[in-house]
Amino acid sequence: MRIHIQNGRLIDPGNRVDAVRDIYIADGRIQSIDAPPAGFHADRVIDASHLVVCPGLIDLSVRLREPGLEYMATLESEMSAAVAGGVTRFACPPDTDPPLDEPGLVEMLKHRARNLNQAHVYPIGALTQGLKGEHLTEMVELNDAGCIVFGQPNALPKNLRVLMQAMQYAATFGFSVWLSPQDIHLAYDGVAHDGEVATRLGLPAIPVCAETIAIANIVLLAKETHVCIHLCRISSAEGLAMVRAAKQQGLKITCDVSINHIHLSDMDIGYFDSNCHMIPPLRSSSDRDALRAGLIDGAIDAICSDHAPVDDDAKLLPFGQSEIGATGVELLLPLTLKWGFEMKRPLVETLAAITCKPAGILGINAGHLAPDTAADICIFDPEDYWKVTPSALLSQGKNTPFLGMQLPGKVRYTLVNGNIVYESSIS
Amino acid sequence: MINRNPQLDANRALTHLLTTEGLPAAILLQILDTAETFMGVTEREVKKVPLLRGKSIFNLFFEPSTRTRTTFEIAAKRLSADVINLNIAVSAQSKGETLLDTVNNLSAMHADMFVVRHSQSGAAHLIARHVQPGIHVINAGDGRHAHPTQALLDMFTIRHYKKEFHNLRVAIIGDILHSRVARSQIHALTTLGVPEVRVIAPKTLLPRQVERLGVRVYHDVRSGLQDVDVLMMLRLQKERMQGAYLPSPEEYFKYYGLTPEKLALARPDAIVMHPGPMNRGVEIDSEVADGHQSVILPQVTYGIAVRMAVMAILAGSQSGDSL
Repeated sequence: MRIHIQNGRLIDPGNRVDAVRDIYIADGRIQSIDAPPAGFHADRVIDASHLVVCPGLIDLSVRLREPGLEYMATLESEMSAAVAGGVTRFACPPDTDPPLDEPGLVEMLKHRARNLNQAHVYPIGALTQGLKGEHLTEMVELNDAGCIVFGQPNALPKNLRVLMQAMQYAATFGFSVWLSPQDIHLAYDGVAHDGEVATRLGLPAIPVCAETIAIANIVLLAKETHVCIHLCRISSAEGLAMVRAAKQQGLKITCDVSINHIHLSDMDIGYFDSNCHMIPPLRSSSDRDALRAGLIDGAIDAICSDHAPVDDDAKLLPFGQSEIGATGVELLLPLTLKWGFEMKRPLVETLAAITCKPAGILGINAGHLAPDTAADICIFDPEDYWKVTPSALLSQGKNTPFLGMQLPGKVRYTLVNGNIVYESSIS
Repeated sequence: MINRNPQLDANRALTHLLTTEGLPAAILLQILDTAETFMGVTEREVKKVPLLRGKSIFNLFFEPSTRTRTTFEIAAKRLSADVINLNIAVSAQSKGETLLDTVNNLSAMHADMFVVRHSQSGAAHLIARHVQPGIHVINAGDGRHAHPTQALLDMFTIRHYKKEFHNLRVAIIGDILHSRVARSQIHALTTLGVPEVRVIAPKTLLPRQVERLGVRVYHDVRSGLQDVDVLMMLRLQKERMQGAYLPSPEEYFKYYGLTPEKLALARPDAIVMHPGPMNRGVEIDSEVADGHQSVILPQVTYGIAVRMAVMAILAGSQSGDSL
């Protein structure tokens, strides 16, 4: 289909473009920007007046819950949710059941996702077999099957020698390693930030040093092994300062933050709101403020949704027993915009955190708009505020601390490979 | 986000008792005053008043307890309620039923009140948020979070012996980190106007930023007990006596156990309290536990009147005077 997107405010953060431009699409690719190619006749004209046209969003953490956890969500539900949120490419963590540690599982996931013809899926290969932190996975085989990065979600392997060897092996083949900076012994049975709120509520606590000690270990091992490191979900001001210092030393290290952690703190737990049960935990308001500022000075590279759909029953439990995580892929754009508006950032800089920057972390040629690239595009109305309700979310997970809030940014169209995969009814 | 105080109804009257935190002093005093009126009932020959006749009270104990469950049962029976004891730790939950399913099933049996004990902080709040209107929830201990009736009976005991709260120095000694009793005591004491609440413990047994709860922190028991009017001892759980919290019960007793010599540092008329069950020779020396400054047994007696008061207030009947 030939598509002409006209009169839109084109924002391409990677190329620092913010101007009214038309886009011409054919054969799944952007043919030209601004001026039509010779003899172009559109099958469909999208009037994007007063709308922002930007690269399809890239989310560094979306849990599809497949294989194994389909009672929480399915590929179909979460893929629809992603494109409804303007997300055209995303990485999914290997913490499925079984974990993504075998090429067959990865091929199946890629195959099922491809057949849905929606967003592009990048499975993160398990760094160790069964994510147990003992034996390395067949990273090259997994790479052939479609894993371009390797990770160990939720906590560092207990055995640092195994971690070092995994880094060395990954570095041999140029794979980057994605790690969640949390020391498993210091986090222990904790469910909330070690501060006044956990003290009042009597919740087992996770100290900040669970994060900083993990970062210190990762940084030292990264110096040793020269591997590219991506830190998933930074949560504390102290941890962030360590990342900043590592970057200044020239280490190949990047990090991301979740939409939850740039807006919420442990205070939001209120009277045991299990929607705020997250790992890493929501930390203090000063940590949150440091994360919000870290995105501006570049210490933090990207914002992700850390999408974790959970069924209602798993949240209707006492806080410490409730399932971890919140739904979020449909809130990535609204909560990133909210951060940008509150911090008075130009839209072109705000959107970089969910387009070109995560593309760079994944190492893919995406997240920008240029002739002869895949036509993955998000068209949204930044002024349209909508209320987060269970029925407004397509994800099977309705669990989020933002329920009931009015958020900016309504996606109107999402295009993947030049196909309109999502189109909202105009309110 | 859940912001409304879940313990109070639209008229700011008590509808559940979940924690002493955030309750106005007037409500705490109302409970203590009502308990006073029940003291007579518990001492007369026919120890029963018909205030809760026809009401069904379910004791939901997801965690084993004999003492607390028994005192709630006695309190309910003295108010003429029907009491049903459920030891869920060995029944429904082991069959995989969720907490809320259990509660919904019992609600369908027309329960009027749930007395809940659970190993997880926030369990009572969760139940209170999901029961039908008109059903009241009393927290009989949730994880490390709260044990409000214990704290209220402690306040009752303190008021009985010391008359006033505003001129007291109170020390809480022991495992503050894991103690729901300590948290509820701290909030009740500060709300009732005690000017100085101290917590005394080694650093491994203190939660982060505990001073934000309005207490002064002491690690040295000798300076902490100086001139104290009330000593509130905490029970040390067996599994915490050896390992990474503490090296041994012997060393704990040596530095933190309440002996007559340490008690002598407090004011001569100081009272010694303990929520029970005691570990003699670990947190408290028998000579102190059985000594003339100990009010540990009266605490148990007052506990029944205080629990009667809480139940009566929740059920909307407030006084035993006219009976």
